[in-house]
Amino acid sequence: MDLVIQITYFIGAFLFILGLKQMGSPITARRGIVWAGIGMLMATIITYFHSEIHHNYIWMTIAIGIGGAIAYISGKKVAMTDMPQMIALYNGMGGGAAAAIAAVELVRQEPMDPIVQTLAVLGALIGTVAFSGSLVAFAKLQGIMRGVIRFPMQQWMNALVFVLTLTLGLAIILSGNQYAIATLTIFFILALVFGVMMTVPIGGADMPVVISLYNALTGLAVGFEGYVLGNPAMMIAGVVVGSAGTLLTQLMAKAMNRPISNVLFSNFGDGGDGEAAEATGSMKEIDSTDVAVMMAFAEKVVIIPGYGMAVAQAQHKVWEMTKQLQERGVTVKFAIHPVAGRMPGHMNVLLAEAGVPYDIIYDLDEINEEFPTTDVVLVIGANDVVNPAARTDPNSPIYGMPILNADYAKNVIVVKRGKGTGFSGIENHLFFADNTRMLYGDGQAVANDLVGSLKEL
Amino acid sequence: MEGFVALYIFMLAAVTGYELISKVPVILHTPLMSGSNFIHGIVLVGAMVVMGHAEGATETIIGFIAVLLAAGNAVGGYVVTERMLEMFKPSEKNLESSKKKGGH
Repeated sequence: MDLVIQITYFIGAFLFILGLKQMGSPITARRGIVWAGIGMLMATIITYFHSEIHHNYIWMTIAIGIGGAIAYISGKKVAMTDMPQMIALYNGMGGGAAAAIAAVELVRQEPMDPIVQTLAVLGALIGTVAFSGSLVAFAKLQGIMRGVIRFPMQQWMNALVFVLTLTLGLAIILSGNQYAIATLTIFFILALVFGVMMTVPIGGADMPVVISLYNALTGLAVGFEGYVLGNPAMMIAGVVVGSAGTLLTQLMAKAMNRPISNVLFSNFGDGGDGEAAEATGSMKEIDSTDVAVMMAFAEKVVIIPGYGMAVAQAQHKVWEMTKQLQERGVTVKFAIHPVAGRMPGHMNVLLAEAGVPYDIIYDLDEINEEFPTTDVVLVIGANDVVNPAARTDPNSPIYGMPILNADYAKNVIVVKRGKGTGFSGIENHLFFADNTRMLYGDGQAVANDLVGSLKEL
Repeated sequence: MEGFVALYIFMLAAVTGYELISKVPVILHTPLMSGSNFIHGIVLVGAMVVMGHAEGATETIIGFIAVLLAAGNAVGGYVVTERMLEMFKPSEKNLESSKKKGGH
């Protein structure tokens, strides 16, 4: 039986790697997750026959049933806009599970090989931090916990807690199996506290990078506990996720123009001394009938959606409008900034939900050179990502951030609820440009009007 | 397990993970994060083993929590990833050409 289990684990690990590979392309991505799922199912079922499992079969199955059912129902129900926090929640559960595995092994206080014990303690630390940190990330994105919590000397306090946790961990490792259970308990509590303290000062906009980081950490913890249990499938899957997640975190941070160290240790908008330049000119209004005519007789229209569009649930109407334009022979493209939505790729998911095919969706590098030859740009629910101040004004808080060069297009239409500066409070120079017209209204209502006007043309 | 064999496994797995992600378009970042989140749900296997040889109430309770959390990670990770990826479809007329391009 042991051989069968080992072979199954081997196939499982292979399917994970293959699945992850296929998830790297939109064409094969769906197949990738199914394959990885088959690997997981096989590995789970065969584990019931594992030689180290002597009892608790019923309780084990009940735990799988409860955990699985809760996750299944919540995962099916969650809205696509809330996806980031669900990932955080599930990731936290994984980190907690890895930490709990370490807790069981350590609480037994049997003599362990020093390397095994070291990895058990390290996995416990990393898993616990990922657990409590992910839960805070979830609470923040879900709106349960609002704002960022900052106080003087915060980074030093965090460092102190971290050093204390490490010291206790080291003491446990060095004492062999002579450590007190109290020491072990305090070690876990401190690690929990550290995960919370590390995450509370980070703002909601940076949360995706943090979730991705905790995802990588959970992977690492799982890999380490895999070594403790002598389970190669856990070792391979865990470390693959650990390194893939680390790279993904870097890519995301890069796409958002935020170095990881900045995300973890400082605030958004800290840079930029002096007054930001005042925008000159005035905002010029336009109505939806004129916009419909403009787009209907254009050759190329680029739509720049932002999170505001998703909040207004306008993506379905926007896609309907796009189809009408396509029928008239207009080339329509969607331009997505990496930070549109709440994490890189999130807006693509939201558009895909509305039925927009992924091959008319372009990212920043692909579309930016096309703006000078674009007749109409429709900005809907986006703001900072089209602000030319990021290119021109060194005093602007967003200076240096890569933006979509919408202002280079012949005409720019900005759909906006009101005249304020919006989420980040940064003045958008694009709104005052000569080639820009403002179309005021709720995203969905505006899209609805445009669809109606296009029908009548 | 032999210490050095483990080290080789860790190294090769790390390189594999890095290579797999290095050329992924931005549009797939969110599903991919979710997908890798699912894959570390394999922790379920370890949680089951630990619970299966837990002695006494403390170990059994912690083991129970481990299995419950791990199952949530695996099932939830799968459900949301599958839901997201299910929606990625090319436009009909471009189906052929996008197949040839092998990306985007």
